[in-house]
Amino acid sequence: MLTVNYYLGLAAVLFTIGLCGVLIKRNALIVFMCIELMLNAANLTFLAFSRQYGNLSGHAIAFFVIAVAAAEAAVGLAIVIAIFRTRGTVNLDEVTTLRDS
Amino acid sequence: MTDKAEIVVFWIFAVPLIVTALGVVMARNPVYAAMNLVAAFFCLAGIYVLLAAHLVAFLQVLVYAGAIMVLFLFVIMLLSLSDEELGVPRVRAMQVIGAAGGIGLAWVVLNAIRSIATQQPRIVGPEFGTVKAVGKLLFTQYLLPLEATSVLLLVAIVGAVVVAKQRI
Repeated sequence: MLTVNYYLGLAAVLFTIGLCGVLIKRNALIVFMCIELMLNAANLTFLAFSRQYGNLSGHAIAFFVIAVAAAEAAVGLAIVIAIFRTRGTVNLDEVTTLRDS
Repeated sequence: MTDKAEIVVFWIFAVPLIVTALGVVMARNPVYAAMNLVAAFFCLAGIYVLLAAHLVAFLQVLVYAGAIMVLFLFVIMLLSLSDEELGVPRVRAMQVIGAAGGIGLAWVVLNAIRSIATQQPRIVGPEFGTVKAVGKLLFTQYLLPLEATSVLLLVAIVGAVVVAKQRI
């Protein structure tokens, strides 16, 4: 039987890849995909601990995370479309309307 | 015997998962990134099955690899970015610092995980993670969050329509 450490390590690696993607990439669409990766890493952690302690609550939380991710993707992509329509770009460096100074 | 099989299946899913996740970050073209992400979601569903989370694995394929990725691909096709709109990749100091910080975070977390005392997982029955068991939990203990989720999805639908309207 695999211990929980394997799954936690995998989730940590997955989360880091997503985090690096958010920090490095400037394309709004790819940044969104990296956020999905990070959400999935959190889900994997929930399910690993759920299996470890034989408690089903982690499965319920994972279910809610998936629902929230779906809502987030819908609204986020709508915002990306709105930004592209008004500015003709999805590069996050060029979207600076709310920046101070 | 089953221990060995479980380890083999774990690595069969874990290695492609990490490779495709890296592919999401490395890809210049958003379509390739989306395709890598679909493959990553399928591998992750395999890992979920290994954790006896049958319902969540099913939802992962259905909602993530199905609905959300179709939404992503639809938006990518709708925007149809050309090469000059994708921009030349510029390496900036902030990005290098960000990547280094991310790798440092991974190092700290992995060390913390390695120091956890290993403990055999509980023995769970065949009911664990099935639609029946999780559904019973969702409709009793988690009934209020479940209903709140339906409202959240409604708000997301209305919000997406309003934001994507012609004039905002």
